[in-house]
Amino acid sequence: MSLKLAVSNIWKSYAGNNVLQDCSFLFDIYGTYVIMGPNGCGKSTFLRICALLEEPDAGEINYFSNNNALKKDVELRRKITLVLPKVGIFNATVFNNTAYGLKIRGVKHIKIEEKVNSALDFVGLIHKRHHNALTLSSGEAQRMGIARAMVINPEILFLDEPTASVDQKNIEIIEDMILKIKKQGAPTVIMATHDTGQAQRLADILLEIKEKKISLL
Amino acid sequence: MDSIIEAFSKAFTLIINFNAELLGIIFLSLKVSGTALVVATIIGLPLSALISFKKFPLKGLFISVLNTFMGLPPVVVGLFVYLLLSRSGPLGFMGLLYTPSAMVIAQTILALPIIASLSNSAIVSVEPIVKQASMTLGATTLQVSLTIIREARYGIMSGVIAAFGRVMAEVGAILIVGGNIAGYTRVMTTTIALETDKGNFELALALGIILLAISLFINSALHLIQKKGMAQTNR
Ligand SMILES: Nc1ncnc2c1ncn2[C@@H]1O[C@H](COP(=O)(O)OP(=O)(O)OP(=O)(O)O)[C@@H](O)[C@H]1O
Ligand SMILES: [Mg+2]
Repeated sequence: MSLKLAVSNIWKSYAGNNVLQDCSFLFDIYGTYVIMGPNGCGKSTFLRICALLEEPDAGEINYFSNNNALKKDVELRRKITLVLPKVGIFNATVFNNTAYGLKIRGVKHIKIEEKVNSALDFVGLIHKRHHNALTLSSGEAQRMGIARAMVINPEILFLDEPTASVDQKNIEIIEDMILKIKKQGAPTVIMATHDTGQAQRLADILLEIKEKKISLL
Repeated sequence: MDSIIEAFSKAFTLIINFNAELLGIIFLSLKVSGTALVVATIIGLPLSALISFKKFPLKGLFISVLNTFMGLPPVVVGLFVYLLLSRSGPLGFMGLLYTPSAMVIAQTILALPIIASLSNSAIVSVEPIVKQASMTLGATTLQVSLTIIREARYGIMSGVIAAFGRVMAEVGAILIVGGNIAGYTRVMTTTIALETDKGNFELALALGIILLAISLFINSALHLIQKKGMAQTNR
């Protein structure tokens, strides 16, 4: 794995309540990491901090490439991505939503067309590409979120409860997608779930947030 | 009663025959209000983005003032622009008083707070998750802002159309700074006001009908856009 993530002694509180307390972990091998824990234990908070959406109150997040710490700039942010639990759909077509990351990187039109179509094919939404994405069901929205993340070829893909409000059929589709990503060899997936069965099906490395700390399960 | 019916029939004759004077007046109205709208949007949209995304001292007060200015009385704006442009005023040297440009300036001032204020509320009501999503996909700060503005587009369009409705219908400001000079600064609303005064009901009525039709068109467009914006935010 060329990009390594070191979480060192991070603390985070909201309105005076500690959510994470002296939390450390090194994500340094390729694979699928699954973070478990009950509702409200801080999984989403941990992922948002790792994905550089929020800063910890104390401690550090560092990304390393060839043992060099990387600056936390746009260039680094463009190597990682987080699919939010509610995805965050833009009021645009499924195609344009999925193309977003490529457009803002100035990728050529033809290349965008090709990548977006193949990503939508991968998540089984190619037939909906001209629909407004706000009309997708929650399962379809999750799949689009994954396609939108995959087109930018991230080195680390964070998934926050990708199957939280999704029916059995879509859970299977999404789990299959994650297994396919694993087989492809990239990207590294770091995901949160509170579904024990799912965690066992998908994880190379099982983690848990307990008593405000993250540890191997 | 008969005179009203006669006035109506003459008005329709004017409309149906594409009376040249009538067309000129309509065209000038659209040109003045349209230009004012474009200028107000070019200034108002970046201004609203600035207000929405930047923190600055007395921001709350600024927004309140802007909201208050949405209801500026046109005659007061007319008076203010008149004083600016009159020969002894600070901009008197430009010789703009009683020209279409003066009318554009006055209407821009009327439209600007509406566009800026309504765009600002549209932008700040975009859900925070849109910002987070664009950040996770690698957007720069500028790209994040542009994405949020794009999400607010229906609200922004509503603001622009509302401003158009207001300037098309107002008479106080353009009458004062334009002077209703025939063939030069005479627009629909000023003609209606002055021809009615003179007892020339046909032209006034014809213009009134057309103004109503334009207003109906504007409101239908507004309704359509608001519906479209609504339907797509059911999540
Ligand atoms: N932006 C915020 N403002 C205030 N409190 C917050 C915020 N984000 C999270 N919290 C609080 O932090 C705690 C951890 O929340 P978090 O969303 O990280 O948990 P989670 O493990 O993802 O839970 P779930 O399984 O329900 O998704 C909760 O008590 C939550 O109320
Ligand atoms: Mg969560």
